[in-house]
Amino acid sequence: MRRSRFLPWLGFALGATYFLLPLIATFEFSLREKRDAYSFLAYANVLNDPNFRATFTYSVTVAIATIIVGVVLIVPAAYFVRLRLPALRPVVEFITLLPLIVPPIILVFGYIRTFNSSSFLPLTNSTTGTNILLTFGYVTLSMPYMYRAVDTGLRAIDVRTLTEAATILGAGTPTILARVIFPNILISVLSGAFLSFAIVIGEFVMASLLNRPAFGPYMQNIGANRAYEPAALAIIAFVVTWGAMGMIQLLARFAPKTSARQE
Amino acid sequence: MSMNMRDEFLRLDGLTKTFGASTVVKDVNLSIARGEFVSFLGPSGCGKTTVLRMIAGFETPSAGHIHVDGRDVTHLRPNQRKIGMVFQAYALFPNMTVAGNIGFGLKIAGMGKDEAAARVSEMLKLIGLTGFEKRYPYQLSGGQQQRVALARALAARPSMLLLDEPLSALDAKIRVSLREQIREIQKELGITTIFVTHDQEEALSISDRIMVMNAGRADQVGTPFEVYNRPQTRFVAQFVGTLNVLKGKVADPSRRAVQVNGTLINIAHDLGARKAGDPISLAVRPESVSLGSHEGRESRLHGQIDEVSFLGSVIRVRVGVGGDNTLSLDTFNNPAVPPPVAGSPAEISFSGKDLLVLQD
Amino acid sequence: MPAALRPNRIGEALASFGSAGILGVAPFLIFAIVFLIFPTLGLIGGAFVDKAGKLTLQNFVDLTQPTIVDAYVISIKVSAASAVLGALVGLILALAVGRGGLPSWIRSTVMTFSGVASNFAGIPLAFAFLATLGRLGLVTILLRTVFHFDIYRAGFNILSFSGLTITYLYFQIPLMVLIIMPAIDGLRNEWREAAETLGAGSWHYWRHIGLPVLWPSILGTLALLFANSFGAIATAYGLTGSSLNIVPILLYAQIRGDVLHNPNLGAALALGMIVITGLANVLYLVLRARAERWMR
Repeated sequence: MRRSRFLPWLGFALGATYFLLPLIATFEFSLREKRDAYSFLAYANVLNDPNFRATFTYSVTVAIATIIVGVVLIVPAAYFVRLRLPALRPVVEFITLLPLIVPPIILVFGYIRTFNSSSFLPLTNSTTGTNILLTFGYVTLSMPYMYRAVDTGLRAIDVRTLTEAATILGAGTPTILARVIFPNILISVLSGAFLSFAIVIGEFVMASLLNRPAFGPYMQNIGANRAYEPAALAIIAFVVTWGAMGMIQLLARFAPKTSARQE
Repeated sequence: MSMNMRDEFLRLDGLTKTFGASTVVKDVNLSIARGEFVSFLGPSGCGKTTVLRMIAGFETPSAGHIHVDGRDVTHLRPNQRKIGMVFQAYALFPNMTVAGNIGFGLKIAGMGKDEAAARVSEMLKLIGLTGFEKRYPYQLSGGQQQRVALARALAARPSMLLLDEPLSALDAKIRVSLREQIREIQKELGITTIFVTHDQEEALSISDRIMVMNAGRADQVGTPFEVYNRPQTRFVAQFVGTLNVLKGKVADPSRRAVQVNGTLINIAHDLGARKAGDPISLAVRPESVSLGSHEGRESRLHGQIDEVSFLGSVIRVRVGVGGDNTLSLDTFNNPAVPPPVAGSPAEISFSGKDLLVLQD
Repeated sequence: MPAALRPNRIGEALASFGSAGILGVAPFLIFAIVFLIFPTLGLIGGAFVDKAGKLTLQNFVDLTQPTIVDAYVISIKVSAASAVLGALVGLILALAVGRGGLPSWIRSTVMTFSGVASNFAGIPLAFAFLATLGRLGLVTILLRTVFHFDIYRAGFNILSFSGLTITYLYFQIPLMVLIIMPAIDGLRNEWREAAETLGAGSWHYWRHIGLPVLWPSILGTLALLFANSFGAIATAYGLTGSSLNIVPILLYAQIRGDVLHNPNLGAALALGMIVITGLANVLYLVLRARAERWMR
């Protein structure tokens, strides 16, 4: 009486073909730098390019700064909204969804107009200011994902009981946040961090319009000027994305499923 | 209900189901009369739900046959069997109103709109939810949802009603009122019904007959009275109701005499092939044991009160009578009489006629 | 008894949370106001003034010039096509993997891969599709040499509407799979079994219960996919440079070099995008709320 599994298998096979072909084709293409034989020359060219190293390092640095700023802003906000200020919940949730409605290109357009040299906060005047602006832009961009990850983590632990227990033991609010809550939601925070990393590392439009030497504009520039190196870059970017997502999968195995009280 | 005029409706012959290496149902045979209410009773994992799912058609038996009304339905799909089924977790379609849920089977069967609407209101009246037509399942309480599920199962006038632990997700009070309602509706419609439950009180209170299942087998099939008073296996005796087990030795098989803690007791039960000196397990219900002497309860044992539990209208007393033997008995709560005290010596009495011999 | 353990001290400590709570949420709110809401509102305001700063609706009238209307039309076409196809294919794939009785490793592989692919957008994705379906791409060459079928002669171009749609599907389909899978997991087995005992076959089940239950989730995700591709620029820019006239690329060119010769017209262009992605997201939230109501 079992239903036939032919159609599900066919669907899976067609999907796998569509998703694997571009990866195979890109990889094959990236090996064709030498006319006569397959080689990793394109990869060598990319990895030895000082601009690659500089832009990649720049983007990793911005990504880490983004994650730190994001965590510092979002963890306390999500914690207090859950514990003390439930009335603010709809407001905070709406704000975290806004970046999905306002595309990055609009946001950066707004930045350029708002923080220009004649404004109240002329961040675009200096390199440091522009770097900060880019970082803050990325914090905004990754806000929906970071907030959801943190909120999921807070839901899985019994925030109220942990807080009350720590309060009875004499801990103050900063101590509770840093020593009790944060370690318990670390895995969720890290998931949000890796997702943010994956989004930020190859981001193009904000970095390009703010004229920062990031990895995204670098890739675009290589794409406009070279033949095989872009394919190698695509593979490298895919591996980086896969790495970040793989870390999230790995972390998910260590995540607490429910708190002791809910069991 | 009389079994001699029986009009067989459902017959299970040697029903067996294996999943991989494990056999979850072993050689179950059962005959159910038209209009009969039969419960499958047993602990979780005993195979009762699997038997029900085979009758419904969700599982195919590994061996054996299912006949409904003389027709072999073993290999029919569920949607060809004309059965009504109620599930544990309501399983109402969330996207349909109460009326939509109840009328679903009628729509599939191609019934005309007016006729279907009339049937739906008839069903709502039957379950006492007239006026709830336009509600969605999420707007109903658990008990209301389960009544709608019952109406949905009955709307297309199925030949048989299957109830898979329909009360276990509900609160205790609603559980009792709904089970009475189910039994009333079943009697009113005269529909053959199978009720799966792990709750012995539920099974005893509403069934014509009970099939007690243990580890995939049917241990006993009988009326609630038979199953409670004449359990055929140790499992049935212990699963249905509370039971005291006394360990003793056979003294004289021909005179049906056994010895417990040195006291000779004559029992009513045949000792079969047992010989003098064989160990024997005897069982007695708490209500058949008295504290102190009692008219008509000629056998006595002495011991000490281990524990006294106040249960409201009754007081349950546990008395150790030496060896491994401990008996529980119930005394009525009488405000004028002080309750028994733990640690004090006690005499208990019972009748050899009320002792059951357990086959191990 | 230590002071910290006295009940009134605990009460005070917990009460002080109200103010501590505001202090904890304040940085987030200030950040959001300064770096999200204010710049966006400023941009929206810019759409209603002229170069001299006077209030006007002329910018919206100017949006009707052919280049801009064309850009909106193409953008909406690409977004709609990639959203509809992505939702359809993603749904089929999710059903095959989630309900088709395939081994469980396939499901976990598909979910992990979807997580990666839905984030593999932008410049690298454009490179990958150029290497696959570009004029020198592997699939283009294979089709030409092995099957003697030249897709470029047949009218295909990676730098066109169809090319962009196929490329966008690479992140749209996985996004659909990721979002719709929980809804598919929410379809309870008892519903199918109950339907079967009531005489329904597979078709009846999907027609009356399965699809209607999934429907709000499907429509909602469709709206999200639309917004997702409408605002995307990096993939298109990496693929076609500035040659394809879609709204984000036009806006990019405007920000870079004021190609429309009117910064406030750029703001109106941006406002148009916000309105469209905003409507799509509102639709998503409304439909998701409806789906969650059923699932209670």
